[in-house]
Amino acid sequence: MSLLEVNNLKKSFGKNTVLKGVSFSLDKGQTLSVIGPSGGGKTTILRCLNFLEIPDEGTVKVGDEIIFDAAQTARLSDREIRKNRLHFGLVFQDFNLFPQYTALGNIMLAPKLQAASSPEMSREKNIPPERIEEYCLEILDRVGLADKKDHYPHQLSGGQKQRVAIARAMAMNPEILFFDEPTSALDPELTGEVLKVIRRLSEEKMTMIIVTHEMGFAKNVSDQIIFMDNGLIAEQGTPEEVFNHPKNPRTLEFLRGYTGLE
Amino acid sequence: MFANVLSALSIGFLKTLEIFGLTLVGAIPLGLLICLGAMTRIRVVKYVIRFLVWVIRGTPLMLQLLVIYYGPGLIIGDNWWGSGEHGRFIATIVAFIINYACYFSEIFRGGIQSIPVGQQEAGFVLGLTKAQIFFRITLLQVVKRIVPPMSNEIITLVKDTSLSRIIALQELIWAGQSFMKSAGIIWPLFFTGIYYLAFSGILTVVFNRIEKKLEFFRV
Repeated sequence: MSLLEVNNLKKSFGKNTVLKGVSFSLDKGQTLSVIGPSGGGKTTILRCLNFLEIPDEGTVKVGDEIIFDAAQTARLSDREIRKNRLHFGLVFQDFNLFPQYTALGNIMLAPKLQAASSPEMSREKNIPPERIEEYCLEILDRVGLADKKDHYPHQLSGGQKQRVAIARAMAMNPEILFFDEPTSALDPELTGEVLKVIRRLSEEKMTMIIVTHEMGFAKNVSDQIIFMDNGLIAEQGTPEEVFNHPKNPRTLEFLRGYTGLE
Repeated sequence: MFANVLSALSIGFLKTLEIFGLTLVGAIPLGLLICLGAMTRIRVVKYVIRFLVWVIRGTPLMLQLLVIYYGPGLIIGDNWWGSGEHGRFIATIVAFIINYACYFSEIFRGGIQSIPVGQQEAGFVLGLTKAQIFFRITLLQVVKRIVPPMSNEIITLVKDTSLSRIIALQELIWAGQSFMKSAGIIWPLFFTGIYYLAFSGILTVVFNRIEKKLEFFRV
């Protein structure tokens, strides 16, 4: 059974229809990369799944629980939305670290607040509050930054910031981790360290959706590729199918643009 | 003579301090309310509030003082403020609080709106509530951003208190000026400048300290 099932997701901003009916599913432990031209709706999918935008149509199912159904007209309460969000983690393009907290502080903030205010919603229930710091430090160590735990965001490089942001998302123990162009705001020489962390997560069978322009990386780490164009899935398949034998001429054209640059 | 002047000026300065303190105590919370009103999704409220802020910021505080103090008596024939020094004081405080609340509200609004929306979104995806995001993430960043403009405004307030002289409130300038009539000397009036300088000097030091304290992070 799929861990995530997205069905007929639609979203418009005013007259601009960004998602025109997107359906896909994802199995536990799989890595899905979403590629395609800017403005094709890639980021909007992630924002919809995290309820940063509310989809106009469609359903979202996690395991056997339908967490969103646009046809159920009743508005979700803030609490339900928060609970639904905790199925997923999101790593932003521009990190969005909290500047007044240290690297470790950024990671601990949400687990601590969650344990204090709504422990029943917390997904890392087994961790007693006094062990949260230790647990978060372990996660920071997994992205190789334990020695930077007391550094503030402005004292970190872009790559380090993004690794802290990944650790922050992991600390909530989400079922699926989303990456929204995680290396697009980085200098080219800093993308490697971030991609290495994501690759390791993929090898450890973390379920992930990665929106990216790093074609080589997507081809290497993914179990599944989706090519989004103009609000629709134009092509979908294994990396081998999409990169080497694209069926849609639009995919071919897009990929040529990339190889042309190399 | 000098001792006489000093004690008269100090009494005037106490009044000045009272205006200063009470204005801050009233204008900061009222400014927050106005700021929320200016950002609300309820259009009517938003436009009424923004119009009010425009009027208050677009006219001289001296004019507002005159209207607030003399207005009720002259227009509806009923002096709300009561007579004498106490009435003048109440009217002054009301005028200052309204005026400064409007200025503060714009500073607060600018501070809140300058925080990237990504900060809030990062809080949302971590499952935090709006209140948690405001108090634990946004607030300190807003404070850091508004300390410099607030310190400007508050130091301006020190000197603006002298505007209440226009309705003959017995503050520092009034105290200095009174010696012109009673003793035919002008230096006490000039001497009041020392008080303003010393007070705004202390405030400058305090605000620099606060800015230093908040230097451990960048926004």
